[in-house]
Amino acid sequence: MSVIPRRRRGAAAVALLAAGLLVATAACGGGSSGKKSDASGTAKSKGKVTLTFWDWDPNIDKVVATWNSSHPDIQVKLSNPAGGDQLVAKMITAHEAKNGPDIAKVEYQSLPALVSKGVVADITDYTKDTVTRYDDATLKSTVFQGKVYGVPQDVAPLMLFYRTDLFAKYGLSVPKTWDEFAAEAKSVRSRAPRSYLTNFDAADPGWFTGLAQQAGADWWSTTGDSWKVDIADAPTKKVAGYWQGLVDGGSIAKNPSFSPQWNKQMNDGTLLSWISGAWAPAQLGGIAPGTKGKWAVAPLPAWTAGDPATGIWGGSATTVTTDSEHPAEAAEFASWLNTDDAAVTEQVKQINVYPAATSGRSLPVLQAAPAFFPNQPDFYAEVKKVAPAARSFPMWGPDVTVTFTGYTDGFSKALQSGGSFSGALDSMQNATVADMKKLGFTVG
Amino acid sequence: MARTTTPARRTGGFPYLLVLPAVLLFAAFVVAPGGYALLLSFQRRKVNGGLLGGGTHTVFAGLANYRDVLGDSDLWSGVLRMLALGAVTVPATVFFALLFAVLLDLERTRLKRITRLTIFLPYAVPGVIASLMWGFLYLPATSPIGGDRVDFFGQVAVYFSVGNVAVWGAVGFNMIVIYTALRALPAELSESARLDGASERQIVLRVKVPMVMPAVVMCTLFTVLAALQVFNEPNTLKPLSNAVSSTWVPLMKIYDDAFGNSDIYSAAATSVVLTAAALAVSFATARIIQSRVQQEAA
Repeated sequence: MSVIPRRRRGAAAVALLAAGLLVATAACGGGSSGKKSDASGTAKSKGKVTLTFWDWDPNIDKVVATWNSSHPDIQVKLSNPAGGDQLVAKMITAHEAKNGPDIAKVEYQSLPALVSKGVVADITDYTKDTVTRYDDATLKSTVFQGKVYGVPQDVAPLMLFYRTDLFAKYGLSVPKTWDEFAAEAKSVRSRAPRSYLTNFDAADPGWFTGLAQQAGADWWSTTGDSWKVDIADAPTKKVAGYWQGLVDGGSIAKNPSFSPQWNKQMNDGTLLSWISGAWAPAQLGGIAPGTKGKWAVAPLPAWTAGDPATGIWGGSATTVTTDSEHPAEAAEFASWLNTDDAAVTEQVKQINVYPAATSGRSLPVLQAAPAFFPNQPDFYAEVKKVAPAARSFPMWGPDVTVTFTGYTDGFSKALQSGGSFSGALDSMQNATVADMKKLGFTVG
Repeated sequence: MARTTTPARRTGGFPYLLVLPAVLLFAAFVVAPGGYALLLSFQRRKVNGGLLGGGTHTVFAGLANYRDVLGDSDLWSGVLRMLALGAVTVPATVFFALLFAVLLDLERTRLKRITRLTIFLPYAVPGVIASLMWGFLYLPATSPIGGDRVDFFGQVAVYFSVGNVAVWGAVGFNMIVIYTALRALPAELSESARLDGASERQIVLRVKVPMVMPAVVMCTLFTVLAALQVFNEPNTLKPLSNAVSSTWVPLMKIYDDAFGNSDIYSAAATSVVLTAAALAVSFATARIIQSRVQQEAA
């Protein structure tokens, strides 16, 4: 599970107010281990080493404890300063103050941005064996221009999670295509007027990005040192138009996900399905605790029947920062965490990740159902079936946050005041290109 | 020791010593960060080159950040929303604070202590918590106050919903300020007015309220400043609906630039502009109200 709703930016807000109107206080990020910069080569450090590790996965402490008990010379100190995008902001601030962690969990879409800001280190030299444990499709997310910037933790293909009990009650069948999905959305409204098949979430861009990927969108692509940004491309416009139709027809709900309102709807059966990443079982326990055993997973509906393509939502890598004095040891831990069978097994059990490492995908632990899905023992088999056809963008852009803010603001506004989704895509495209040019990237 | 000294020699550097802590704190937490923000506002980050930039360096940007900030329509719509919100919160806060203070001051009022505490209590609730609580009250699925029939996050309603949280939190504090001023008025004033045949209402409107005007002015100023810095309420309510964008009010835009987009340079420029505007507005407000009070007193 890798996705933390990006709008949970809470606490730091208070700090800003306290500083009056002055932003400069940003520099007081929380750092820990005193470090001096040194340009150590590939040589390992002598003696006992303590590494700091930033990660927001629940229960990751148990996995770290396993490492610590078997590696007395390389002790890893875990802390959880924030999750998702908020952690990215903290990493950048900490890097400016030269007191970042040694190791950090980074979502794939944030990695190019952190590399471009010089926060995440090139660990090619330390991961020569590690990379052989992954397939090429997975490595695309962490290897840029032949250099390795992280060890993949999980992959999260976009799938359809649905309420088996309510589907049976209302006589619905699991939609195999988007046409069927639209028809079912309509029929839900007539059979259960208080319920909706799903909601259009304008707050979190992750799911929409995955839908665009499924349709074949390439928001960012590269030729040499130059970027091509194509957020308002034909596949994305097709996806936007499809959902605009559902929204305008009143077939689906319009309120954002990850809100108290949505939690209640998910719990009380107002919403019958959720388009989400493979990490959903770990999240559903918190979102809708009363629905244990009532959900099942199915492949995402297809644009043409039988096409297995899907997108991704989330997925992360373990990275080493440029501030680390012990990159070799840090990379060793990152490799162990994501490729060692015992470590990966523990992660599947504790965090419900679908492993990124090739060998991790055949672990016996994946035979068992996730705790929240006791009714679906073949859960991971379903995920494994669709994973090879999950496509991402050729590369994530270096300023994804600008694009994502554009999504949230643009689509929210369209839902609130009846604007068009297509127009929102155009402004996302413009804002992204403007920001990249401002930073000095070559945009072709 | 019976030695006498002149006043000047006796004081020496002592007064400076007394103000030193305040000056040091001001320098460390206002002047220094303010100066740093000013410095940042003239800079800009550029990537070094190559596909991924290969790290970044800062360059002197002159007034480019200010040009971008002032030409940004998002900021100006944010300012308009802030003004609309202020038009709701400022009069409402001051009016209710004055009303409750006056009512509490009436001799006939019962249960003064508990009432005063009850009205003051919301001030003790942190803004983020208050916003979350109100958010639950507004949302259709969780609302006990008719959120399923009224859209509290409608295009116009959202200003009142956000403003309500701010007013709810601020009334108590301002009420105490005005109430304290009312209690400080000599009892003889009301008494003589009563002897002269003034009704209770006349005593309030003609005697008490004019006399506590300075306190009301101060409350107005506080409330105006709070309105310029509005952030907690809309930022906390943002994820609950589609009504609040990431740049809904100027401070949210600054926050988003600094922490969302990692562009502290734009954020600094916007902060400087906003700080200057806030200073100008508060001086102007203080001036206008002060001169009106003096006119009325004269």
